[in-house]
Amino acid sequence: MSKIKILTKGLIKENPVLVLVLGMCPSLAVTTSAINGLGMGLATTFVLLMSNMLISMLKNFIPDKVRIPAYIVVIATFVSIVDLVLQAYVPVLASSLGLFIPLIVVNCIVLGRAEAFASKNSVLDSMLDGLGMGLGFTLALFTIGFCRELLGSGAVMAHSLIGGKDGILVFVLAPGAFFVLGFVIAIVRRLQS
Amino acid sequence: MAKKGPGLFQLIFSLTSITLVAAIALAAMDSVTKAPIEAARLKKKMEAIAEVLPGFDGETTEIRFMPDDGKDSVIVYMARQDGELFGAAVETYTDIAYSGRFTIMVGFDANGIITGTSVLQMSETPGLGDKIDKSKNPVFSGQFVGKDPQNFRLKVKKDGGDVDAITAATISSRAFCDATERAYKIFMKAKEISHE
Repeated sequence: MSKIKILTKGLIKENPVLVLVLGMCPSLAVTTSAINGLGMGLATTFVLLMSNMLISMLKNFIPDKVRIPAYIVVIATFVSIVDLVLQAYVPVLASSLGLFIPLIVVNCIVLGRAEAFASKNSVLDSMLDGLGMGLGFTLALFTIGFCRELLGSGAVMAHSLIGGKDGILVFVLAPGAFFVLGFVIAIVRRLQS
Repeated sequence: MAKKGPGLFQLIFSLTSITLVAAIALAAMDSVTKAPIEAARLKKKMEAIAEVLPGFDGETTEIRFMPDDGKDSVIVYMARQDGELFGAAVETYTDIAYSGRFTIMVGFDANGIITGTSVLQMSETPGLGDKIDKSKNPVFSGQFVGKDPQNFRLKVKKDGGDVDAITAATISSRAFCDATERAYKIFMKAKEISHE
């Protein structure tokens, strides 16, 4: 597989949210606005990139029997770093994403890429894979967040288009997340076939 | 890639060294971010105090009180300007909200009149209960400003008070009143003590 393909397959063809349908918890919960989706996506991208890199480097050092705890430690370390950095330098985003930043640890995309890709491939390929998957995740979350914000609050990137009036509330609430996710997946499927 | 029968020692060694490196990395990161995180928290608090006490420019002293009807202490920031009591910002909370506890800052002038409110932390329903936050909808919290809780009953109209509840979010409105009422009681107590 060419390097370009490894990088770009995560964007649409093997998009972790829209095609593999992984990491649903943050995809549904934090996408009440486009900026939240973007922040969550980028935080996860950083974790994916770094954990894929390190796990690929250590793949000959980690015995098979203890690989899962070892991966979790590596991932949890990077997540804690992201959490601390966000709290220190972007406290507004940190408080709106809240608990979902520490929960990146259990995002199955991250462990999934470590197990399925980074543990078998070279460091460079693993980094490209992590970056591509992360950007695909970001793209999906941003799209869902953008639609929900537009429909639910009548706003684009926190700029209200309808002068502070209410939008279609259900799209900001949990059911709206499922509606939008379903439609986005359907559109992507249609375009792919 | 599977190694043939790694000994127990190797398993322990590899996992221990990974956790050790992780611990060192996190300790380093913590020492770097500790000061900025503290500064960000303090800044948020200062901004909230400035927001609920318009016109105040001075130092605050912190006093903690245990309310009779709550589980945790309420923090009063007594504001003094030019040697006189300007008022106070009270960091209060409620446990009867729709989704968990929320904490708000309520400002009072020296006579106990509400000068402003600011939401510090909440997880009320977006689009409904979160209208208690001034930045989401100024109408609800606006009706508290300039009121004296002596003759403005801090209860929603449904409960016989003077507060117009947010449509479809009576529970959040009721909780907001509860937090404000608690702040007022504590403020009056704090004022008494500081006079003595």
